[in-house]
Amino acid sequence: MKTIAIASGKGGTGKTSLSVALLQAHQGDIRLLDCDVEEPNCHLFLDPQKVNEFGAELLIPKIDTKKCRLCGDCVEACQFNALALAGNQIILFQELCHGCGACTLACPHDAIEEIPTNIGQIVQARTESGVEVVKGTLKVGHASAPTVIAAVKNTTPLQKVKYQIIDAPAGTSCSFAEAVKGADFVILVTEPTPFGLNDLDLAIEALHKMKLPFGVVINRVREKENLITEYCAKNNYRVLLEIPESRKVAEYYSQGKSLIDAKPELEEALKKLLDDL
Amino acid sequence: MHITLIISYILRMHKTNIQKIAFSAQGKDVKSLLDPRFGRCSGFVLVDLTTMESQWIPNEQNLRAAQGAGIQTAQNIIAAGAQALISGHCGLKAFQVLEAANIPIFLSETLPIQQIVSLFKADKLTRLSSPDVEGHWA
Amino acid sequence: MKNSLKELVVVSGKGGTGKTSLTASLIHCFDNKVIADCDVDAADLHLVLNLHDTVSEEFSGGNEAIIDPKICNLCGLCAEKCRFDAISLVDNQYVVSDCEGCRVCVDICPEKAIAWEVAIHGKLKYSQSDEGDVFHARLDPGAENSGKLVAAVREKARKRAESLGAEWIFVDGPPGIGCPAIAALTGADAALLVTEPTPSGLHDLERVLDLCKHFRLPAYIVINKFDLNKEMTFKIREIGIRRGTPVLACLPYSSLFTDAQLQGKSLAQAFPESEEMVIIKNLAQKLTQKIKN
Repeated sequence: MKTIAIASGKGGTGKTSLSVALLQAHQGDIRLLDCDVEEPNCHLFLDPQKVNEFGAELLIPKIDTKKCRLCGDCVEACQFNALALAGNQIILFQELCHGCGACTLACPHDAIEEIPTNIGQIVQARTESGVEVVKGTLKVGHASAPTVIAAVKNTTPLQKVKYQIIDAPAGTSCSFAEAVKGADFVILVTEPTPFGLNDLDLAIEALHKMKLPFGVVINRVREKENLITEYCAKNNYRVLLEIPESRKVAEYYSQGKSLIDAKPELEEALKKLLDDL
Repeated sequence: MHITLIISYILRMHKTNIQKIAFSAQGKDVKSLLDPRFGRCSGFVLVDLTTMESQWIPNEQNLRAAQGAGIQTAQNIIAAGAQALISGHCGLKAFQVLEAANIPIFLSETLPIQQIVSLFKADKLTRLSSPDVEGHWA
Repeated sequence: MKNSLKELVVVSGKGGTGKTSLTASLIHCFDNKVIADCDVDAADLHLVLNLHDTVSEEFSGGNEAIIDPKICNLCGLCAEKCRFDAISLVDNQYVVSDCEGCRVCVDICPEKAIAWEVAIHGKLKYSQSDEGDVFHARLDPGAENSGKLVAAVREKARKRAESLGAEWIFVDGPPGIGCPAIAALTGADAALLVTEPTPSGLHDLERVLDLCKHFRLPAYIVINKFDLNKEMTFKIREIGIRRGTPVLACLPYSSLFTDAQLQGKSLAQAFPESEEMVIIKNLAQKLTQKIKN
């Protein structure tokens, strides 16, 4: 199974549209992992039925008040301010905890036990046409998006497939890095505008740092020669596909319909896109 | 009606026990203005209501904290011996820390601290019964 | 009392709704302002504002562990205890990469071979532009703590606005509803939500509205590309009325924003006489009325 991450430096370039269209073009051979755990949106376009559901867990401390002497060593050890000494008790702010275990190591009275705790929900589902879609949702306010992303990526496929697609969160932060980590190839989606170019450049810088192979899909193309094709030619980056600017595609998208519904002629190209990687 | 009376009586009782109040401040003495921010203010003026003596508690280390500035600030106030806090806002997490340590929070407009002390003594300030902003980076 | 400085944050939830393009033209309608680009992951405002005289400083989101190979005796305890798999053996040396910043390894190392040093996570920048002073930033790829950087940019902009006696701070906010968005909204005076009539636009709008409600922040809505799906535009208007966050403007699906961007300009500069600009000027007036009263 090949893992292909779909990413983009900025949001709204058509990352989710492309993921959904690839799913349609490769039915029976593909599964989708929605790793945009703060804003999972793929299900809005796919309407899959739930098969499995489980929690993404993090080891979070529990303080035994009988053993605790309120020395504050755990509070001092926590770099994330998840523990606080307030009068005659230690308070825990679960959503700030990164699950590092520093508090347990620091406690001189053996008063801390670490409990696996749910910080997000993973849902494994199937669309009407039998394609598997995995969605991860981080509990609002929690700091550990990468933990939930890792849990999504760790799910066992419901059936054997040739490709798995990762819909990565936009931007180049730690969540993006966790989502694309370990992928065989990254498809970067961008548009031929100065904003698109700037954000593509940032994403490529991040991928270079991670030493991951990538190619570029240009969306909303108005002219054949544009600033993205120019940039890619100059740097010797692969342009995998160009999707023309079309009001019809935008209208279809606004109705929850896919790129292939609007432009059936793209289906062949989308098939080739993955097979040629 | 009855219950409200009892509650206000208890609150007043609680207030009469308050000696030291921490003010989130833009300057270092009682003449300076209140800083409406809590976790990210530059420091606190701790005022002793009986003697009207004041003390400056810097909040600088929090400006560099990776997360949870309000939580750390709340602990500093507790450690400094404050029995009440007066600020413009207070986030959820700091509120929880202060509440656990039985430190009431009162809200005030951005006025000179001296003036707020008079308002406090005249019972003119609102006590915060729940946090009014999200913690994070306020 | 202090001056009547007001801070308006432009957010969108979903990316690509035209938030930055709109912000760049909206600010043109106001005088006496400071601008903060808080989309620190993908800052784009500078591409249409003609910035110059940029000064930058390093930004630290916290500390990180660094192993001194001269002291390390390769016992491997740090790698074993690190729960983030950030320590690995490379060429017979333990190295830290993508440190989470928990400090566990520093404290458990029996040889005291691990230092705890200030980590640089990005740059904070200050520039001049035709529209006024602009504060912006750049987060290093893969770095955490963008929320803190957002707060730092806003803080700088506020200090500057106070010293100038400015009337407005305009914040181009980050996408999403996570920590960076929260950091951009806390303590502001009002939020302008830019959305589009699509399923994800609607979905994310509702989540941002929840966030604004949570902060008791007055919010106003702009629908971009409203003519793509008039039924859904109507639905957004209804949501706005129901939740007390009125739709103040509707912009059509238009190529002018892209045309302006290709010239490195805002719509306000490239097409000042366009119909779109009339709508934006109108929006600016409404915002002034709502926020200043």
